[in-house]
Amino acid sequence: MRVRSRLPVILCAALLFGCASSIDQVMQTDQSAVQLRSYQERAFDTADKEQTLRSVIATLQDLGFVLDKADLDLGIVSATRLSGYQLRVTVTVRPRGSSQMLVRANAQQGERAVEDPKPYQDFFVALEKAMFLTAHEVD
Amino acid sequence: MSAPSATRGRLRRVALMALCFLLVAGCATVSDNSMQLSADSLQLRQLQTRRIEGIDEPALLAASVGVLQDLGFNIDESEMRLGVIVASKDRSAVDLGDAVGDMVADSLFKAALDAMFSALFGDNFDEGDDDDDEDIVYDVTQKIRASIVTRPAVDSSGQPRKDAQVIRITLQRLVWDSEGKISHAESIEDPKIYQRFFDRLSKSIFLELQAN
Repeated sequence: MRVRSRLPVILCAALLFGCASSIDQVMQTDQSAVQLRSYQERAFDTADKEQTLRSVIATLQDLGFVLDKADLDLGIVSATRLSGYQLRVTVTVRPRGSSQMLVRANAQQGERAVEDPKPYQDFFVALEKAMFLTAHEVD
Repeated sequence: MSAPSATRGRLRRVALMALCFLLVAGCATVSDNSMQLSADSLQLRQLQTRRIEGIDEPALLAASVGVLQDLGFNIDESEMRLGVIVASKDRSAVDLGDAVGDMVADSLFKAALDAMFSALFGDNFDEGDDDDDEDIVYDVTQKIRASIVTRPAVDSSGQPRKDAQVIRITLQRLVWDSEGKISHAESIEDPKIYQRFFDRLSKSIFLELQAN
């Protein structure tokens, strides 16, 4: 009986540790930089930074986001979607060589980084359509 | 004395279970299709988009800022070269509908009962009952956010035009309840709201073009 009544406490503690906590979160990431970039980053065959950013913005609006921030010089767009939960995404666009643009997205849902490749793949599929260009994987 | 403490124990266990559930939910990752375009995406795009003839991009952005100000929004962010304006406003979310009427009636009735019992059984009668009064939770405040994005319309050969623009606005809101918790976090998808915005925009564009 005693053990059974303690069970929820133990379970909660385990879950808390599973999520990691507190100050460790500052530098916390579950995957290596190389792994993250493999699905968060794609290259497009265009030298037009402004057009790429405009396509990113249009794609985010299509996906139901409201913008938070946009900066052409830095090549940054941030946006938030509210649908029961908060999904926040930042997309950066910077030149890669003289003929390509490198697009990188990272997202968080609620208090968690989105580290499942699938949503990023879907984002780049949507972006490809807006850009009329193919997204190349970057090695 | 043993009966209330057993009840309390059970309550505590339920609370812990609820906490566990919340933690599990907190750990859950984004649903797989969150970044996929759906059939609704296209419909929403039409709702939120208009093509405007006879205006250049800076003038359309200025007219849009005018409408946002008319509607009481403050501008949070703008990047003219990308055709982006972000605005928000904080407003009351108290709905003076039946729900609130019921709640007020409910709490008045409760207060009357409490007063009666206090008079009958002494002042401390409802001491352990305080939590019940906080059970009435209602929406108090909301933040409404808008992003407006413009781009030059393209001509038949695919070249951007200076004198025709495409504008899209997306709206969302966060609502907090009387306990300070977020009760709604949603995209605004009501066609009437977008229609009203674009009606106002037409008038603002007219004024903008007259001014120049």
